[in-house]
Amino acid sequence: MDHFPTNWGRPRNDAFDAYATHPIHQRPYNGPKDTFADGVQHTQQPIVTGTSVLAIKYKDGIMMAADNLASYGSLARFKDVQRLHPVGQYTVIGAGGDMSDFQYIQHILEELSISEISAQDGHELGPVEIHEYMSQVMYARRSKMDPLWNSLIIGGFKDGKRFLSYVDLLGTTYSASTLATGYGSYIAQPLLRKAVEGYEDTLTEEQGRKILEDSMRVLFYRDARSLNKYQIATITGAGVSISDSLHLETTWSFAEGIRGYGAQTQ
Amino acid sequence: MASLAHPQQRQFNPYSENGGTILAIAGADFSVIAGDTRQSEGYSIQTRYAPKVFRLTDRAVLAVNGFAADGNMFVKKVKQRLEWYRHAHAKDMPLRAIARLIQTMLYARRFFPYYVYNILGGIEEDGTGAVYSFDPVGSYEREACRAAGAASSLVQPFLDNQIYFKNQRPAPGTSHPVHLPLPTVLSIVIDSFTSATERHIEVGDGLEIYVVLAKGRNLQGLEGIRGMQELTVTEDGERVFVVRRELKKD
Repeated sequence: MDHFPTNWGRPRNDAFDAYATHPIHQRPYNGPKDTFADGVQHTQQPIVTGTSVLAIKYKDGIMMAADNLASYGSLARFKDVQRLHPVGQYTVIGAGGDMSDFQYIQHILEELSISEISAQDGHELGPVEIHEYMSQVMYARRSKMDPLWNSLIIGGFKDGKRFLSYVDLLGTTYSASTLATGYGSYIAQPLLRKAVEGYEDTLTEEQGRKILEDSMRVLFYRDARSLNKYQIATITGAGVSISDSLHLETTWSFAEGIRGYGAQTQ
Repeated sequence: MASLAHPQQRQFNPYSENGGTILAIAGADFSVIAGDTRQSEGYSIQTRYAPKVFRLTDRAVLAVNGFAADGNMFVKKVKQRLEWYRHAHAKDMPLRAIARLIQTMLYARRFFPYYVYNILGGIEEDGTGAVYSFDPVGSYEREACRAAGAASSLVQPFLDNQIYFKNQRPAPGTSHPVHLPLPTVLSIVIDSFTSATERHIEVGDGLEIYVVLAKGRNLQGLEGIRGMQELTVTEDGERVFVVRRELKKD
């Protein structure tokens, strides 16, 4: 309810106030006084974006995959971006969404790691702690209406235990034996579930790589913001290992025979 | 036409809806609190196991449903307050006090609410089974039963009929029971969830049923329940059990 009658609107009769001296007083404003208030933009939108991240549990630990593309809308802008990032000796964090927000996340995790190492108390951050920390950061930022526009998958292996969990710009978290972000959650997740659920303790590294490669290939065929250049990370008892960029073999000859798909002769 | 006076911005929506359903039923000297374990967003299942029911103390269990991130944060903060209470008073907070605490915590966020429906179940200080239900901004009442979440509109009418005997007439010369025995309540809970799983796409995968028994109550009606596990370590206070069951995953 506005208790200032002068804010209720101008009198209907112009003769009453022909010179527009009404309203006389200003409505008091008690909010924060920021000269640049109009320039502060909290709610943003993702600009340079990465697409899906895939992750599975397998016999020896966790395996993750993400391509090397950072898109600028529909433009394939940066084609050599690493979206799988190691944190400490036990954890890999994979990101979809805004890449500058992801770089900021890498930065805060670097600062966190430094302060933890500086303590020299014999404690090390594992995937569980990194995930809890990131979920609190993401939830705090969404609560400020200034989100970090990412979907993150955090995978790791510490003290003989596998860990795989998700957190996104809303602070929503969950874990499962297969995870996928973005388009991957529609296209790759069903393939991953079929291949992995129930076989988490028997899948070999070789089988895991094959499943992820096949899923990345399906994504490359169907996700217009994906790239045929990708990396795979494994996190096992032996530590973190992130591969060099790999190339997806694809076949397009079938397109010739499909009308409306390849070049048309008539 | 878009106004030129202010920069135009796309509004960020800080909320989401993660499906699932919870319910609780109070008996004379027990309380049953249950929830499915599916977490979804839109048509996608995010995970088949994300608990929505949490043991707070030996006599209080809280079920949260709605926006999962808010739910997890809310449970975390309630547990934190209960721990502080334990440090200050060297005992667990009584159920009705937890209920009032939850209302205060929810109303504190009246203008940026936790998008969560809460159902608190457990044993009151007088030894009776109790259920408290809340709306997202803290309105609450003590009831005999309540369903909330995605399939609440399917389950609540069923409970009204089976627990409150709504639209039922007792046989001549008899009356409806005020409290139902534990085995009957467990059957109603399981039937509620299998039915909700059939008719609601956001319900399924797994079922977690927490049972809180009043001090000194025997196990009558719980023995031989498949998939049951005790969570409390002593038998001389209230006892908490959990029953885990599978639900259809399609």
